[in-house]
Amino acid sequence: MLSPSEGRVKWQGADIHSLGEEYFTQLTYFGHRPGIKDELTSVENLRVAAGLSGIALTTQKAAEALAKVGLAGRESLAARLLSEGQRRRISIARLAICTSRLWLLDEVLTALDKTAVAFVRSLIEEHLAHGGMAIVATHQDIELSRGVTQRLELTT
Amino acid sequence: MLRWIVWRDLILAWRRRADALSTLFFFVIVVSLFPLGIGPEMELLRSIAPGVVWVAALLASMLSLGRLFANDHQDGTLEQLLLTPQPLYLVVFGKVSAQWLTSELPLVCIAPLLGVQFGLSNETLKILVISLVLGTPVLSFIGSIGAGLTLGLKSSSVLISILVLPLYVPVLIFGAGAVEASIMGLSPSSHIYLLSSLTVLSLIFAPWATAAALRISIE
Repeated sequence: MLSPSEGRVKWQGADIHSLGEEYFTQLTYFGHRPGIKDELTSVENLRVAAGLSGIALTTQKAAEALAKVGLAGRESLAARLLSEGQRRRISIARLAICTSRLWLLDEVLTALDKTAVAFVRSLIEEHLAHGGMAIVATHQDIELSRGVTQRLELTT
Repeated sequence: MLRWIVWRDLILAWRRRADALSTLFFFVIVVSLFPLGIGPEMELLRSIAPGVVWVAALLASMLSLGRLFANDHQDGTLEQLLLTPQPLYLVVFGKVSAQWLTSELPLVCIAPLLGVQFGLSNETLKILVISLVLGTPVLSFIGSIGAGLTLGLKSSSVLISILVLPLYVPVLIFGAGAVEASIMGLSPSSHIYLLSSLTVLSLIFAPWATAAALRISIE
């Protein structure tokens, strides 16, 4: 979203600004803020997110994806009634259903418990195994058993 | 895709219906205060009616504009909307259409009832509704540019008014002009045609400007 102060960001050899929406089909961004609507239920949140990225998701499928992240039985609760960790899990379910190749994950492990952390790790590993790429910014340790990893340590 | 945006915003508006209702009540109360304050002087009421209804509609639309992108900006869903593989033009178009359906359409529907307080004839009430149907989308679409530009600023509601109200002037002139012409027994068609051209122009160009404004604000 920011333009770089120096240099260029390229995707498959082309500048991302000239690619525009074409680049966004390849990208899923998991941001600092959860990107969840408080008034919508978890299923609705997931279906809207999928619909906007051009994936048709039935209520059934959305509920399955939510069950995978441990939100079974809470599909029809408004997101504002869920805890912070549970809201993060809706965003994680969004990762599980998306078909893009590049994931940008910013602090993806915040407010998650051990099982959810393990799930996110397996999700990233699976994504890598299918030829995807992920850029993960994190304060916690995340050990990936599969794929090629490159670690950048940033200290200020 | 467009239907997802509209569907989402309509559900959100329904779950927060107090917001849309407050706009409607504001409009009803502002318009109703004039006959109460001026008293039963039919001639005077009839001559000020077009201006009063239109100015109230302008102000009421200012109330809902602040919410257009601010909520989405706060919870991060706007970032996600900007990163969807859809043209931002369509996203904006969908959001503004939903805003018109939830905040402006109720005003259009209740306007004939309010017009009765001013002693307008049936023919004039019809013109009032037509002018509002054509004019309120312009308010929504031009307003969205202001909402996009002032996103995330502190005193954004004041700034929106300063930015957007001057741009509303042509709509006010031709909208109220159409009703006035009808009251005086003249043909309102020239005003209506000009108003329709404004509607078409704003439908086509405003989403594009708003998309650019949003990109700037998000950076």
